[in-house]
Amino acid sequence: MSWFQKLMPSRIRTEGGNKRNVPEGLWTKCGSCSAVLYRPELERNMLVCPKCANHMPVNARMRLKLFLDEGEQREVASNLEPVDALRFRDSKKYRDRIVAAQKKTGEKDALIAMVGRLHGREVVACAFEFGFLGGSMGSVVGEKFARAGLEAMRLDAPMICFSATGGARMQEGLLSLMQMAKTSGVLARMARKGVPFISVLTHPTTGGVSASLGMLGDVNIAEPGALIGFAGPRVIEQTVREKLPEGFQRSEFLLEKGAVDMIVDRRNMRDQIGSLLSLLTSGRKPRPVSGELVNDKAPQPE
Amino acid sequence: MASNYLDFEQPIAELQAKIDELKHVGSDNALNLDEEIQRLQSKMNQKIKSIFGDLTPWQVSQLSRHPLRPYALDYVDKIFDEFHELHGDRAFADDHAIVGGPARFRGRAIMFIGQQKGRDTKAKVFRNFGMSRPEGYRKALRLMNMAARFKLPLITFIDTPGAYPGVGAEERGQSEAIARNLAVMSELPIPIICTVIGEGGSGGALAIGVGDRVNMLQYSTYSVISPEGCASILWKDAAKAEDAATALGITSDRLKELNLVDEVIPEPLGGAHKEPDEVATQIADCLERQLDTLEKMPTEDLLEARFQRLLAYGAYQEN
Repeated sequence: MSWFQKLMPSRIRTEGGNKRNVPEGLWTKCGSCSAVLYRPELERNMLVCPKCANHMPVNARMRLKLFLDEGEQREVASNLEPVDALRFRDSKKYRDRIVAAQKKTGEKDALIAMVGRLHGREVVACAFEFGFLGGSMGSVVGEKFARAGLEAMRLDAPMICFSATGGARMQEGLLSLMQMAKTSGVLARMARKGVPFISVLTHPTTGGVSASLGMLGDVNIAEPGALIGFAGPRVIEQTVREKLPEGFQRSEFLLEKGAVDMIVDRRNMRDQIGSLLSLLTSGRKPRPVSGELVNDKAPQPE
Repeated sequence: MASNYLDFEQPIAELQAKIDELKHVGSDNALNLDEEIQRLQSKMNQKIKSIFGDLTPWQVSQLSRHPLRPYALDYVDKIFDEFHELHGDRAFADDHAIVGGPARFRGRAIMFIGQQKGRDTKAKVFRNFGMSRPEGYRKALRLMNMAARFKLPLITFIDTPGAYPGVGAEERGQSEAIARNLAVMSELPIPIICTVIGEGGSGGALAIGVGDRVNMLQYSTYSVISPEGCASILWKDAAKAEDAATALGITSDRLKELNLVDEVIPEPLGGAHKEPDEVATQIADCLERQLDTLEKMPTEDLLEARFQRLLAYGAYQEN
């Protein structure tokens, strides 16, 4: 039939015919205004929809890349991995859930911590990886946060944390709950030593993280439109048995109620936090600027 | 079904009912039923031993919420010689799910904070089923700071299903209220002893639970989420609470193994409500012993030890 097809090309296109190759993930649809956006351009805009300013989810590494100065960075406690201390099993084994989450995200657990610079100032920055079991806080997240805090105190450098989490990790039972105490304890010590902590609450930040490190910033910043609260909206609805008002537990609501200091557009985050830190630290005696790589201060293994 | 007995206690309830009946009949006429009563009594004791010797985590969880279980103020009556309840957070309201104030304990002046549930329907509502709102945690915070100011050791009793998940609680910053207490307790320059006497419900419990010693009554529970809540999220079925209770490891023996609890205070067979006085004495002895140790420590050492304790929480591997 080929001579006939050449003579009379079929008007019906079939699968695998002359489909052009479009690389996957080149286009992203905005979840809010449904605009179809060109991915590289969207990334240049820090994953904020240029049409409606919707703040789309950002994974932890991208978040830190967008936030810190380009150049030398040092990851804190990158070698920590979760263990299944309770041998927890629901419909799946916790062990299997860990492996699947690690494969999906390429991360060992749900928090990344990095020493780097912001407008030249040395800072410690952490970010939750929501793709890893809902950004839930278990032992590794708690330990990493604690070490990041200890590192911030050692370097006398401000710490910033970007939260995106459903709360404590149920599969680690009470060990998870105690991470709330652990992280809060480290922050209390930092406060006493005058090391600033900026908490950036991104969509969503709820449960045990909100009720510990999330709300303990010297300055609490929310990204626009983020869901932030202690109990999730579904739990509250079940308790009070009524529909929750529009915008309840969103950033704008929290600003109104006095729980956060400001709402900051992701594209201004670096500048805003940079200015704040400059003011917060100017009352203290300046530390000598080494101008050297942050790497040379790596702690010696104990 | 006898209402003051849990499902798994029904065989005991039935035997007890029979014994009561025989005693009643025996007192009415000359029949000597003593032998029969004694036989039933020993049968019941055996039953109690066999049931309570091998409780599942879910059964312990039910026991920790037993309607007759002694609540914070019941122990306050038995343990303290004096207690002056102080009210209010000075900002919004007085939360009835948390009680506290200065007290005298075996000669010492201390500060007490406890979570309080209600016994009958009216009291349950008054106490909001033991679920605090932010003002409760802020009242506790006020008392903690006062304790530090006057160098009074802090004793807390934990018994709550969790922090209240309501609209007003969110509006007034439930998260911040809990978080603030965690941070403040970690640096409070006085000895702190926390004891779970019933339900240790998640962040709501932890908000008065950071200290130098954490104790649990034998049949109390302490958990990151209620078994029902966990079941409905992970199993998508609240009826799987029994499985969740086992998986979460919420019992005192399990948590002792995990080093999350310092001391387990034993309860009589059948639970604390069977011998409240005896349990109160056990708690008091434990608190006194721990206070003796903690009060000898210089404040700096106490705080450093508390900090190291917090840092040690967690199970992970380092490759």
